[in-house]
Parts: sequence; structure tokens; C-alpha cells
Amino acid sequence: MLSEIFISIGIVMGLGLLFSTILAISYKKLKVYEDPRIDRVEAMLPGANCGACSMPGCRAFAEVVVKGELQPSKCTVSSEEALDRIANYLGVEAGDAVKMVARILCAGGRDEAHNRADYKGGLSTCRGEAVVAGGPKDCNWGCLGLGDCATICDFDAIRMGEDALPHVDPSKCTACGDCVEICPKDLFQLMPIEHKLIVQCKSLLEGTAATDKCSVACNACGRCAADAAPGLIEIRNGLARINYGQYELATHGATKRCPTGAIVWLDSVSQFELTKSETNEPGRVEFIGYDEDTYYQ
Amino acid sequence: MSIASNIATFRHGVHPEEYKGLTESKPIERMPFASELVLPLGQHIGAPARAIVVKGDRVQRGQMIGEPTGFVSVALHSPVDGTVLGIELSETITGAMVPAIRIQTDPYSPQLLRTELPPVPEALTTPEFIQSIQNAGIVGLGGAAFPAHVKFAIPEGKTCSYLVLNGCECEPFLTSDHRTMVEEADAILDGTMILNSFVKASKVYIGIEANKPDAIQILRDRISADKLPIEVISLQVKYPQGAEKMLITAIEKLEVPSGNLPIDLEFMVSNVSTIGAISHWFRKGMPLIERVVTISGSAINRPANVRIPIGTPMKDVVEFCGGINSRDLSSVRMLLGGPMMGMVQKTLNTPVVKGTSGMLFLEQEHVSSLDQYNCIKCGKCVEACPMFLNPSILGILAKKGLWADMEDHHVLDCFECGSCSFICPSGIPLVQSFRVAKGIIRERNSKK
Repeated sequence: MLSEIFISIGIVMGLGLLFSTILAISYKKLKVYEDPRIDRVEAMLPGANCGACSMPGCRAFAEVVVKGELQPSKCTVSSEEALDRIANYLGVEAGDAVKMVARILCAGGRDEAHNRADYKGGLSTCRGEAVVAGGPKDCNWGCLGLGDCATICDFDAIRMGEDALPHVDPSKCTACGDCVEICPKDLFQLMPIEHKLIVQCKSLLEGTAATDKCSVACNACGRCAADAAPGLIEIRNGLARINYGQYELATHGATKRCPTGAIVWLDSVSQFELTKSETNEPGRVEFIGYDEDTYYQ
Repeated sequence: MSIASNIATFRHGVHPEEYKGLTESKPIERMPFASELVLPLGQHIGAPARAIVVKGDRVQRGQMIGEPTGFVSVALHSPVDGTVLGIELSETITGAMVPAIRIQTDPYSPQLLRTELPPVPEALTTPEFIQSIQNAGIVGLGGAAFPAHVKFAIPEGKTCSYLVLNGCECEPFLTSDHRTMVEEADAILDGTMILNSFVKASKVYIGIEANKPDAIQILRDRISADKLPIEVISLQVKYPQGAEKMLITAIEKLEVPSGNLPIDLEFMVSNVSTIGAISHWFRKGMPLIERVVTISGSAINRPANVRIPIGTPMKDVVEFCGGINSRDLSSVRMLLGGPMMGMVQKTLNTPVVKGTSGMLFLEQEHVSSLDQYNCIKCGKCVEACPMFLNPSILGILAKKGLWADMEDHHVLDCFECGSCSFICPSGIPLVQSFRVAKGIIRERNSKK
């Protein structure tokens, strides 16, 4: 009776010893070396897994950064200090990626662009509205104002304002591109934060046809193109288009004579404050005179 | 067993109120030319036509003004004698602004066609026939406006054994196909024989819902008088019988597998009015420049079936039909198409296009606007879905924005018949959210 107990204890202990030996050997023999720096770099990354760096997540990004295939600055979410810390830790260049932000190309809020129908469907998202006759807004290109972009933004960088337009906070925006993808009217564009001259309108209509629908629409009058350096702004298909390849020529002057305020020069951090207060007021037509040095170099 | 089991149909589906009595006994009227027509270049699915006229050009009735820009594209013709006012952005039924040719009608523009007759179909080879249909601008007149020649061109290695003409017209209110079958039975049968001389199907069916006994009778009489190899099948009245996959199930008890087309099962399905247009093209030389539209609903003074030139603005049609009996236009729900799948309109400037089968004006009290409640898992939508999807679970996924999971639940098989939203007692916008989901999924897949 007692011996049976000892035998069974002996078998269990023997098996335990055998398996632990196998584990100990396989730990030595089959060990896969993983760079410990990957864990450290991953810890220094924001952990947002947003995909703005084009990698499937922060861990994958840390791996390629440690391998040296990408520069730390490809992570647009991290602050500059965090990037420097990663660069110092790895002994590499942080790289100088251009800070990109999402800009909304519509300024026709509740007061500027009117609705001509009521949407009463149960699906109150921009996408849902857009499939019903293009949405209730009279302007076919304009922001529908239900905030699909604000909902999808992982960084709380987009907020819907009182004027039913999304406002982007450039300090929070990481240029991940989610808002660009979700907007049914394709109103977001990622651009370098230095780009201060933008046309906040996508309406292809001209003249009063455009301004009847929205008081801040581009009516394709061509004044901005005439005032700006040659080749910078072009009126094509009823809309002023900025040639960002020649952006170094851009000045504040191009916006001064815009009769509707569709083209703006962003001076402060928030796009919202600008469209409301600091840009030229709609309807103001003012001739400021030419500064030869600025316009015709 | 009930009597209904003897009548062919598909499984699932819904029974909306018909409201066809408003117009089903009214003969087709001809609408006079409006003073100005707006002809969008992209009225069909596929690449828009390219304008071949410029501002100031004189055009004749039946003259080609837009040429096809690829295989999945059709020509566009002027329905009137007149002058081109220009090519401008104009509103379409989806709300998008697209380039359109505006034509000022001559004060005494005649109905006469002065264009040349196309070659007789007997002298054509199959590719020539397909091209001729493309140049005639013929698209599926059931509502989707898919270029007809693309459907008629049988892919290499496939054959067509069954030609099915779709005369179901299962949408409530609409009677344009019904009246066309009654009044133009000869053209439909002639078009069928022309088409079948190229398709060479061994069996030809015309599927008509049992609520159109006069159309069934007339077609059967003509067929037996001429001894044509065509069979008219009376179908149980049910929505969405007119969807081609449902029609195939109803007639031959075959199910088109997910991701396949009817031609994979040797079927070709075409709307009866489209077939009528083929006959008009080869016998009269008339391209697709006008179509029969049902104008109906409680808010229009004179509901009617009207033959309308393509490009006529809705406001002229409203005027022709006695106007709207409500002082406030904004209280009237305007729909292009039927009430189940039609598009809500926000203006009367939209022109009638090739895909417009009906124009409905509903008073606000006839428009249901249910409050939205949570899903009570009653399963009515599952019983209604003709594609055997699970709208309930899809609706929950859509609410959470889980588009990839919706694709796994086959939301792309949904053809947006709206039966689920119609039947839902909780007023959940099911088909509406599937539309959104399909758009997002297609966009993402096209980027991959």
C-alpha cells in the first residue's frame, strides 16, 4: 500500500525531471535571438497603431526602425522629443520628415451654405446622407456636417464646430489619413503644415451659380490667379487650383481680392479660427497695390 | 396545399401595397417637347459618353450627340430638332453634378425621324449587332440603366440557353412596363425574335406577375397567332420578383451562386421595354430617345403613363400632369423610380434619364417615418431577404462600422431591394446602411 504511493510519486517526479531537462535543452538549442532594442523602441513609440507610417502597427515599425530601414521620423504621431530619444537610443538620424496635417477644403458652414432639403433618414452619418440625392446641402461638393471624420479620428484632432464644419487641430493631427478616406465628399487633403495658402472650396460651378449656393464658394473669377506669381494659381474647371510644386512663390497677397473668401492664408495654428476671423472677410474687395519684389521676381 | 403553390415564385420577399390602380388602365400619352432639354452624358452604368456636338450646333431628332467611350458605354441621341445651348454641369438623380448637353427645342420640332435606318438585323453578324445596339444608346430600362449590349454580348466559351423577358414590374405604383406590354406587344415580340436570332436560346420565357392579366392575355394571343416559340409565365405577385436572380429562381427553380452572373447558368434576363427598344431601333431607326414613365402618387393631380423624351426636366412633366395638389412643394416626397428602390429628389430641375421608370409624388402623410428602436431579434428581415442574408446581424455590424466583417457576411450580395427596411418593425435603416457599407467596401477593395 505504502510502496504504491512512493512508486506513483517517483513516476511523477521522474516525468517532471525528464520534461524539465527537455525544456532546458530546447531553450538553449532553439532560442531565437530578438533584438532587445525592439522592445525599448516600441515602448518609446505612442502605441496608437494608426498606420500613418505605412507599417501595420507600432511593433512592426519598431522592427524596421531598429533594422535601419526607416527613419524614426516616419512616425508622425510622436513628438519631436520622443523621436530624438529614439534616434539617440539607436544612434541614428531622426530624419526630418515634413509635418503633414489634414486640411478641410470647405468653408461653407451652417451660415454660409444653405440646405434645400431636410434629411430625415434614420442613418445620420455623412455617408448615409450622401447616398440620398447627394445630401441635403444645396452645394453638391460641400461638407455635410455630420462629423464622420470626427468620429473616425483616433487622436481627437477633429471636432465639429457650432458652424457644422469639422475643425482640425494641427497639434493633434498625425496625418494618418482616416478622415481623407471616410469623407464621402473627399474634402480632406493631407498637406505640409507650412502650406498656408489653400482654396477652401471644391465647387466646380462658376460665377453666381456657385455663390448662390454658398456665400464662400470659389466663383472662379480669377483675381487670385492674377495677383499671385505667374504659374502658382490656375483657374481650371471652375475652381482656383494652387500649384503646390511652386509653393515657395506663395504669398498672402493672392487672397486679398477674393470676393468670397474662398482662398485663405492660414496664419495661426487652428484652421477654424482663421476661416472665421483672421482671413479676409467675405465680400470685401480691396486693391492693395503690387509689391514688385514679392510678385515678379 | 394552397393555390399559391401552383404559381411560380421565389422564396422570401415581401408584399408591399400595390397602388397600381392609379395608372394601370391609363393608356400611354405622348408628352410634348419641353422648350429646353438637359441630357447628362453619363446616364448609364459605365464610362460616360463623349459629346460630339458643340455650343451652337443644330441637331435633329435621333441624331447622335454623344459617342460611347469604351465597351461599357453607350451613345446619346437628341430627342428633338433644336440648337445646342452648351455643355454644362447639371444635376442628376444621384445628386451629383455631371456634364450635360443642353438643347433648345425648335418651336415646331416634328416627331419625324430623319436619320438613316440601321441595316436589317438579318444581315448583321453578332459583333455588328452588339455594336449597333451600343450606337442606338439602348440600356436596361428596368431602372439600373446597364448598357444592354454588354449583357447581350455572351462571353467566349459561354452559351445562353434561356432568354427571359422581365415583365414583373414588382415595384408598387409603377405601370410603365405593364402598359408597354399591353400597347406594344408586337414590338416586344419582334424585338425578342431579333435578339434571339443572335443569342440562340432554346427556351424563351416572358415572366409577368399575375396582377397584369391583360398583358398576359394579349401576349399569349399574339404568340399563338404567330406560332412563336415563346412561353408566357404567370408569376405570383411578390417583391422583388423583378430582380433577375429572383426571376430565374421563380421560372426555372435555379439559384444563381454568389458572385456569379445569370449567364454562368446559361440565362439572359432583359426587361420587356428594353426589348421593345431593340425593335424600334431596327424597324423604325429610332434610337433610345424617349421612354415610358409612370407619373403617380397621391400628390400629383393627374397620374398617368407618359412617353417622355429623354432629358425633359421634371418640372415640365409635373406641369403636363396637372401640377402638384399641395401648395408647399417641400411637403411632397419626390421619387425617381419606385418607392422601394427609387431615389429621393430634392429639386424638380432633374431631367428624366434613360433609367427613369417612374416619378412619384407622395404626400407627407403617405410617407412613413418610423422612429428608430433597438433590434428586437424578431427575424422578419431574415425571412424577407431574397438573397438569404442576415440583415439583422449586418445592421448591428454597420452600426459599429465593422465593414470588413460585413463583407464576410456577404453584404456585397445585397442588391438593395429594401425588403428588410420595409419589414423592420423597429424602423432600423438597414438597406440604407448596407448601401453605405457597400460603398466603403468597394472603395477599399479598389485601392488594394
